[in-house]
This record gives sequence, structure tokens and C-alpha cells, in this order.
Amino acid sequence: MTDSKYFTTNKKGEIFELKAELNNEKKEKRKEAVKKVIAAMTVGKDVSSLFPDVVNCMQTDNLELKKLVYLYLMNYAKSQPDMAIMAVNSFVKDCEDPNPLIRALAVRTMGCIRVDKITEYLCEPLRKCLKDEDPYVRKTAAVCVAKLHDINAQMVEDQGFLDSLRDLIADSNPMVVANAVAALSEISESHPNSNLLDLNPQNINKLLTALNECTEWGQIFILDCLSNYNPKDEREAQSICERVTPRLSHANSAVVLSAVKVLMKFLELLPKDSDYYGTLLKKLSPPLVTLLSGEPEVQYVALRNINLIVQKRPEILKQEIKVFFVKYNDPIYVKLEKLDIMIRLASQANIAQVLAELKEYATEVDVDFVRKAVRAIGRCAIKVEQSAERCVSTLLDLIQTKVNYVVQEAIVVIRDIFRKYPNKYESIIATLCENLDSLDEPDARAAMIWIVGEYAERIDNADELLESFLEGFHDESTQVQLTLLTAIVKLFLKKPSETQELVQQVLSLATQDSDNPDLRDRGYIYWRLLSTDPVTAKEVVLSEKPLISEETDLIEPTLLDELICHIGSLASVYHKPPNAFVEGSHGIHQHSADQFAIMKQYFSVLQVWLPATKAKGLEIAGTFSRRQGHMYMDMTFINKALQHMTDFAIQFNKNSFGVIPTTPLPIHTPLMPNQSIDISLPLSTIGPVMKMDPLNNLQVAVKNIIDVFYFSCLIPLNIFFVEDGKMERQVFLVTWKDIPNENELQYQIKECHLNADTVSGKLQNNNIFTIAKRNVEGQDMLYQSLKLTNGIWILAELRIQPGNPNYTVTNPFFSTDIVFAAHIARSE
Amino acid sequence: MIGGLFIYNHKGEVLISRVYLSYSDSAAVHYGLPRPGLFSWRNAVDAFRVNVIHARQQVRSPVTNIARTSFFHVKRSNIWLAAVTKQNVNAAMVFEFLYKMCDVMTAYFGKISEENIKNNFVLIYELLDEILDFGYPQNSETGALKTFITQQGIKSQTKEEQSQITSQVTGQIGWRREGIKYRRNELFLDVLESVNLLMSPQGQVLSAHVSGRVVMKSYLSGMPECKFGMNDKIVIDKQGKGGTADDAGKSGKQSIAIDDCTFHQCVRLSKFDSERSISFIPPDGEYELMRYRTTKDIILPFRVIPLVREVGRTKLEVKVVIKSNFKPSLLAQKIEVRIPTPLNTSGVQVICMKGKAKYKASENAIVWKIKRMAGMKESQISAEIELLPTNDKKKWARPPISMNFEVPFAPSGLKVRYLKVFEPKLNYSDHDVIKWVRYIGRSGIYETRC
Repeated sequence: MTDSKYFTTNKKGEIFELKAELNNEKKEKRKEAVKKVIAAMTVGKDVSSLFPDVVNCMQTDNLELKKLVYLYLMNYAKSQPDMAIMAVNSFVKDCEDPNPLIRALAVRTMGCIRVDKITEYLCEPLRKCLKDEDPYVRKTAAVCVAKLHDINAQMVEDQGFLDSLRDLIADSNPMVVANAVAALSEISESHPNSNLLDLNPQNINKLLTALNECTEWGQIFILDCLSNYNPKDEREAQSICERVTPRLSHANSAVVLSAVKVLMKFLELLPKDSDYYGTLLKKLSPPLVTLLSGEPEVQYVALRNINLIVQKRPEILKQEIKVFFVKYNDPIYVKLEKLDIMIRLASQANIAQVLAELKEYATEVDVDFVRKAVRAIGRCAIKVEQSAERCVSTLLDLIQTKVNYVVQEAIVVIRDIFRKYPNKYESIIATLCENLDSLDEPDARAAMIWIVGEYAERIDNADELLESFLEGFHDESTQVQLTLLTAIVKLFLKKPSETQELVQQVLSLATQDSDNPDLRDRGYIYWRLLSTDPVTAKEVVLSEKPLISEETDLIEPTLLDELICHIGSLASVYHKPPNAFVEGSHGIHQHSADQFAIMKQYFSVLQVWLPATKAKGLEIAGTFSRRQGHMYMDMTFINKALQHMTDFAIQFNKNSFGVIPTTPLPIHTPLMPNQSIDISLPLSTIGPVMKMDPLNNLQVAVKNIIDVFYFSCLIPLNIFFVEDGKMERQVFLVTWKDIPNENELQYQIKECHLNADTVSGKLQNNNIFTIAKRNVEGQDMLYQSLKLTNGIWILAELRIQPGNPNYTVTNPFFSTDIVFAAHIARSE
Repeated sequence: MIGGLFIYNHKGEVLISRVYLSYSDSAAVHYGLPRPGLFSWRNAVDAFRVNVIHARQQVRSPVTNIARTSFFHVKRSNIWLAAVTKQNVNAAMVFEFLYKMCDVMTAYFGKISEENIKNNFVLIYELLDEILDFGYPQNSETGALKTFITQQGIKSQTKEEQSQITSQVTGQIGWRREGIKYRRNELFLDVLESVNLLMSPQGQVLSAHVSGRVVMKSYLSGMPECKFGMNDKIVIDKQGKGGTADDAGKSGKQSIAIDDCTFHQCVRLSKFDSERSISFIPPDGEYELMRYRTTKDIILPFRVIPLVREVGRTKLEVKVVIKSNFKPSLLAQKIEVRIPTPLNTSGVQVICMKGKAKYKASENAIVWKIKRMAGMKESQISAEIELLPTNDKKKWARPPISMNFEVPFAPSGLKVRYLKVFEPKLNYSDHDVIKWVRYIGRSGIYETRC
């Protein structure tokens, strides 16, 4: 007999019939009925009205029926909280059952019922189960603590379950240890600034022992937890590495990757000249290669991680390029990733093989893959100078195929080859010019125009070629228009006699007939330059340009370091920090003295500053942060338009704190439709100052190839709080007294359930320092100081009454506007 | 961790759904942390259907992020398994878990199909409950699960039985129960290798590797302690100092260099790491003891020599020679050579010296099959391919010629040296155990470009 028949009943009156069957006298009938109910539930029918009837079936010795009823309860208890209470007695009874399987089942299920009233009754049974004699019950209870924490965190803390969980780390059973670690890790993610796991050498030793004995999954939990530990010295780091290394031979790829994460992190602590360091590096390579013989999905995860590892430590896999050669039947996502890694590993030693492969790929079917292969050939040329000639001839061969997108992609990369090796391969320009007509993508057109302009003096009919583009000037994309303008100006400077008319034409098109501000600006610049001093113009426009760099597409080093700490996780797959895709990612683990120093204090989740509807498809979301004494504007750019975007730039209006970006926007590659890019823009406060209203208002202009857009955002004041804002005690006292009363300001912070020490700790993380603390009539008084980037000191008194969630803050302030500061900082 | 798990059929209907986290009212609220936007599982379920199952384009990644929710999926025949999360989870673990779940389901009810899933949905929920608690994978060894999750329902157990189950599920040896008895103690070792090759048209080896598996079927009583030995170069070299030079002469190649190997969780990894010895207590029945990979000195059983000539725009001439490269006394079986043909092929004429060859229009390939072929032999096929004239600018991609075969030896050169069994508590010794060893080499991806 099979279960599928339960899916088929679909007639009217079904619920009524089920109700009757659920109350049947025969146990078998009732079981059948519950199965039907579950089937209906699975396909999305509402069977919540049967709640009392199903709960009636709960009192049974039949474990199968019990499990079915529990399954139902987990689904519907939330919608019927009052009736769910009916089940409590059964649960409590089951938690005392002599059979450990039933005790565990009861405590497991109770944790899944997200009803406050039930949770109250859960505490006592859970406490017992955490100390149960049977390890199966204890390991289930450990996970149950995490469940309860997700429902009612306060209760878990108040009931002391966190301590019980910590005790379980010393449990004799390895699986109990592993689940306790998993639960604590989960809880600490929503528990900012806590040191729940309390990793000390003693605990680490317990974890390492359990590591050898627990299930594959338990090993993963433990390894992921170990990677957050900071060994106190290199000897400890080495001894942990030695005990983790055997995991590299595990059949489960997740165990291997988590072990790799621990080793990659701890490698940083080992002296580079030690024998062990070298041995460890050698040991890392074979397991990484083995991951590629797994199933495609795991291969994909492995490749994304290898991409990071290769950037961090190229030496590990430099001999292994062959394993990244693409197989004909690889899924496309595996192919694209392998290609990326091949380029990163390309070197003089293997370039011949790599090029032969790339040429092969360029004749495949998948358009994205082919384009990437062609691009890769160009990157090889730029990276390995000795191969440039061979790459160029390969690209010429590909151009001969006349496959439209291959030709266009090839021309784009040839332009970059010219920028790296100027005056070397101009002989091929004639071949390129033959394909002028087939270029219909803006990138390729712009690339071709740039080449013609740059080498105008060697192309006899350069003026004709450029003129042909000029006819449809207004239909071209901005990118092409700008390049064309520059190219014709270059041509004019090189051959002034014949091209006067042409340059006039393009200048007037750019300045008088265009409403694109960039195009106009650039047009006027050239025009004025040419009309005032042609000699200088020549010097300016035709001067030598710096060569382009060898490595492109590298992940920014601080981000790379952060991602290395997340090997194996989603962050490493997306190549984005967790806060970029996890909501309210407060959950940065505490790396108390993190060797990568990536301690970040996240202010809040990204806010959408510029919605796509207001900016022709460009969406910008962002936030501000302060890390290691520097301010950053963290932004995500999303292209929701149908065309790609390039030429990004950013500018700030004058503002109260003189904030300006210290680097240009780090977006170097075109942003394709539906793509997003995360950037971190370093800021400084040395720009021009103007008082804004509100004080922390910042007006921003962002430009791309489409247009210029404006938005304003509020800078959280705490990013201006500098690290040396701790005032001397004496100075503080004197200053405090000097401030006239009328400058003093008082207000309340509501609903803040923290005690004085935690508050002080949290504030200190934001560079608000506690100078003194005293207790007056049962109230905790905190005296605090902070300093702004512009040198202004701010002092505050914080009064905390135990039991009263409202705090009183007294700010004897210079400027009332800044009251804001403490308030914002508090919300951290 | 994994917030929810769904099984869909090819139409995108949900067959199994299990939700662990609500992602709406959680601890975050307590800590005053922002949780923008409401999350609904119903929306998430629909989003996966629309964006992945019904997506027009080929799947570009096994991980999809839709509205800040991540979807992991694997596909088995036309069934989709999807794990959903909003956290930064261990991605490798999620996939490994999905594979494991497929294994467990297969072990219980065979092929993963819509029918089988519907037929066993109660069982699946029961299994899920056991192997994934609050999104955290738990013991998922079928051997252990089958002791207490059975389709017949649990018979009432004695107290000893119950505690034996729980200690097995949570214990150090989760994969084997105590008290197993066989009248005849027997074990089978299969060395299964797949040899992979990518060769250039000129006969240059672009990449070659063997990925091998040692599969063991054990029918042994008690809790036997086993030790497995093979001609691993590192081990042989270590012992080799005092050893005889004789061995080298006998087997031609005395030891092989293993690039890397991974083991079933029963193997004591720390012992392998320190002494390179493989010792374990095996699960009962069939399981995979180890996997390994070698790249050096591989015996390539076949060599494919292609010759493709374009005669004008409407004709191709193809000649392919295959040479077998192993001892003449051995026989290769199930040989198949697949020669791709262009999409605009209108007709094909083939002549082959041995076996049968056929043009299969639906697969765009000539398939040449030979039942058996001895070592050191050679055979040839020639074909004339007529093409329809097209004005398609795209060139034919010329996929590689691929080959399938099976040979009765290990292309890596791996040899089993011993498998010793000790069971101190029961009265049988290593000599009483009947042991069988078999070597099978198969083609993996064995391709020659043309």
C-alpha cells in the first residue's frame, strides 16, 4: 500500500469526512486519516479547522501516529495558539517517557512550536533533557535551545540555558558537543558583541578531541567554530593546524573546505620561513584539486573558493592549471569559473597550453563563455608579456572567423593590448578596419574608434573612418560619443590641415546639439584648448599615458581577507561580505584581536538612497561605517536598466564636516544589466565646510554613462567619533563644570534593556568612552566623552536606573544640533 | 542554517515542504535590530518556481539569490530539491546535505521520482525530522537510520535495544551496530577506476587523470578492526629501504603516486595523516571505503587518432583509428566511439573494420560499437558526411570524439596488497575471512579533439 492515494482525494466535503475519520474508534483508521490531513497540508490546503480532532489523536503509544500529529502541530499551532495548549500536557508527559527516542522527539517538536504560551511550559522539560542520561536526548536538547532562542531570546538568557549549553561543550559524547557548538554559534550570530562561545585553549582542546569522533556534520560545525578562534601564539596555531590537517582527507567536501578555512586563517600566524609553513602549503593543494571531481554543484562552490585562495596565495595551485581546463560536458557555471581561475594561474611557464585551450573555447556554442574566452586571451597578453605576440595572432585568427560577437569582443581586448604595449602591433590595424561595419555593440565601436584616434597618423583614411561614425552621432551611446570626440581631436592635432572641418563638426555636435553635460563639458574643454593654444593642446591631449596594469578583476585586499574568513560559506560563493546579502547582519563574529583586523562596526543595513525609478535604472543603497580609524561609504550599485553602465563618478556637495571621497569610485568594469557591485569608498574630512540642515546631511551627485543623478543622505554622526576621544579624567571634570547650565540638554532614551557595563562596552565600540562610573541612589551614572573629527569634544552623562528601561542623558553641549550624536550612537 | 527545505516536481508543484525558521519574528527584534521587509515562505516557494524551475534560460548557477534569500538546488531526474536560507550558511555543507538526502531516500525507496516521493511522503517527513534538526544536519548514515526508522513502524523495543539505538546514532561508530553475526565471514573489494583523458588532435595529452574508488562489501561478524594496504608509493618507499628489488621486476610497476585521497568517515584520518595507514571498523554491507586520484604514469587503454577533412562546403570525410594499449591477453568490453557530426548533416556513409557503426541523427553523432577487443590491436572507421548548404555564419564547434569502454585492470596501476581483519572478541581470524578482489577500469570523460 502506498501513500500517494492521500494526495488524490479532492472532492467537496473532504474536511467533513476527515473529521469523522479522525474520530473513528479504530487506531488504524485514525492513522490513515491523519496521513490524509498531512498530505492536504503539504499541497497547501488549509486543514487548520481539524486542529482539535488531530490533537485528540496525540495520546497514543504508536510512535508513527505520534510523529504525524507532531508534524501537524508544528504547522498549525501558530494559527491556533489557544488550542495548542491542549497539546502541552502530552508533550510534558512524553518528555518523561522511559524511551529516549520519545523524550527526544517531544523536546524536538516542542521547540518547533512557536507559541509563546507553549514556550513557557517548555523550560522545565528542556532543563531536564539537557542533563538527560541519554546522549541522543542531550544532543536534541542542545539544538532546542537555539530554537527557543529564536522564539524568545530573553527567556533563554533568564533561564540560564546559555550556561547549560556551554557546559555541554565538555560533554563526553562528540555529537552532543557538536550540536552545542552549532547552537551557540547560531545564537551568537544574533547576539552582538557577546562572547558566548568563550573560546579558550581548554575549550579548543575539547573541540579538537570531539572533531576526531563526531559525524561529518559535527566536524563542520566544529571547524567553522574553530576558524573564529585567535590562537595566542604561533605554537598554538601550529598545534591546531596539525590536528585539523587530517580532515583534508575527508570524503565530505564541506569538511574539507572548512578545514581549509581554518588552515588559511592560521597560516597568517605562522612564521613564513618555518618548515611547517611550507609543508602546510603543500598539503593544501591536493584536496582542493580533489574537490573538482565531486558533483557539479560542489565543484562550483569549490571553484568560487579556489578563486579566492588563488588570489590570496597563488603559490598553492600554481602547478595545477591543467585541472582547470574546461571539459566539454561541464555545466556552464563550472566552465565560467574554471576560465576565471585559468587566467589567474596563467604564467610564462604554462601560457602556451593555456592559449591553446582558450582558442579551443572560443569556438564553443555558449555566447557568454565564448566572449569570456576571448577576453581571457587579451588578459593573458597583458599579463604575460612574452605571450603577447601569440595572443594577438590568435585574436586575429578569431577575427577571421567573422562570428559577430567574437569579432567585437576581440576588438575590445585588442584595444587594451595596445594600451599595454603601445606602438608594437599597429600592423594589424588594417585587419581591424575591415570589420568596421559589423560592429554594433557600443563597447566594440568605442574600442575601434579609440584605436583609430590613437594611431591616426598611421591610418591613411582615418578621417574617412571617423567621419562615417559621425553621421549617426546622436544615436550613439554616450560612451561612443565621448570616444569619438576625443578621437577626432587627436586626429586633428596629428593632421591639422585635412581635418579642420571634421573637428568643427564634432565640436558643434558635442556642445551645441547635445544635452549630455559630460559631453558638452568635454567638448568645450577641447574647443577652448584648441582655440587658445594649439601647441599646449597637443602636449595635453597627445601626451604619453601610463600603461595599464597587469592584473585586473582582483578583489580588493581587505574584502579578500574577509572572504577568506568565510571560506565554504555563501559569502565565498557570492564574493560578497555577508552583510551585503544577509538582512540586519549584525552577526559579525567577534574576532577579538583579529589577525586580519577586519573588525567592522556595522552601523545598520543598507538604505536605498537612490531608487532605480529616479535614476534611469541605477539603484544605489548604502551605509556609512568607521573601520580602523577610517571612514567609509559602503554602497551597492545595482543596474536595473536594460543597457550596461560605465564611467561612474561621484562628488559631494560642501557639508558640515568637510567630508570628501579620497579616491574615485572604484568601479572599473562595466556594470551589466541586473548586476550589482559592492564598493567601499574611503572618506576624509579635509574638504570644504558648509553648515547643512540637518547637520549630518550629505548631498551626493553620481554620474554614469547615462546621466547625472543627485540624492542626499544622512551621515550617522558616530562615524565622526575618533579613536582618541577618551578625555583625561581631570580635564573632564574641569570642562564639565565650566559648561554653563543653559547649554545643558537633557533627554531620555526609551526601551533599552541593557545594564551599565554592556552599554559602556557597546558605546566604546563606537568610540564613546566612559570616563567614570558611579552609583547614586541605586542609579548607575556613566560619564562619557567623545571627540569629533573636527576636534570638537562632546561630554555626556548617562543615568541608568535598574529595572527602568528608559535612560536619561544629560548633554552639556556647545551646539544643540549634536544631541543627535549620542542618540544615533545609542541605536547601535 | 537551512531555513527551509522543499521538493518540487518538474511542474514546480511542491511535494514536500519543511520549514525550520520563520525569519519574521525572531531574536533580532529583541535586540532592536532592523528586519526590513516581511518575509513569507509562500513567496519564497513561488520565487524559486518562477525564477529557477520555469526560467527560460539554462540554469546559470546552482545557488540563486532572490530578494536577499538564497536558494540551493540539485536536480535528480525531474525532481528539484531546494534548500532555502537567509543567512550566510556553509554552502558546501548544504549541497553535501542535499546529496546525502538523495542517498538516504534512494536507500529507502529506490529511484527519486514524483511517484516514489508521493508514495513515501510520511517516511520522508520522518527521515527529515531525524536528519535535519532546525536546519542542522544530524546523523544521516542509512545504516543507523534503518535501525529505528522503518516503513513498518517501530516495533516495541526493549530498554536495551532503545539505548543501543541512541548510542549508535550519537556514538563514535555511528555507522555500525553491535551484534552482527554471519556464518561465513566474507568481504568483497572492488577497485573501480574511471580514466579521464583530453587529447589534442595531434595526439598530445592535454590532461589525464584517474579517479578511483575502492568499494567494499563486508559481511563480517562483530566489530572487526580492518587494515587496508595498497601499493602506495609513499608507504612502499618507506618500507622499501630494506625490501627486495624483486617486486619491481614482477609487476612492472611496483608502486603508484597518489595525488590525493579521501575516505569514508569510518577511517581514522589522524592515523592516516601520521602513519599513512588505513585502519577502520567497516559499516555492514556495501559502502565506499575511499576515493583517490592519480595523474602520473597512467595506462591509457585506448588511443584515438582522428582525421577530419572538409571537402568543399557540403562534404566531410572522417577517418578514426583506435588502438588498444594493454596486454594482449586482456579483453576490453563495451567499446563505443562517438563521432559528432555537424547539425546540417543530410546523410552519412560509414565503413568500419570491426563492430557496428550507425549514424544517429537525433544525437548528431556516428556511434561505433565494438563488443570486445583484445590488447595491442587496432581498428578503423571511415565515414563520408554529406552536408546541407547553410548560410549560417556560425562555425560548427567540432565537439571532441568521445569514447566509452571497460577494461579488467586498474589504469592507475593500483594494486591491493592486503586487507587484514581482526576481531579480538569473536573466534575468527584473518585467515578465516574469504576475500575477493576485482579491478574494473572504465572510461570517464575520454575525449580526443578533432
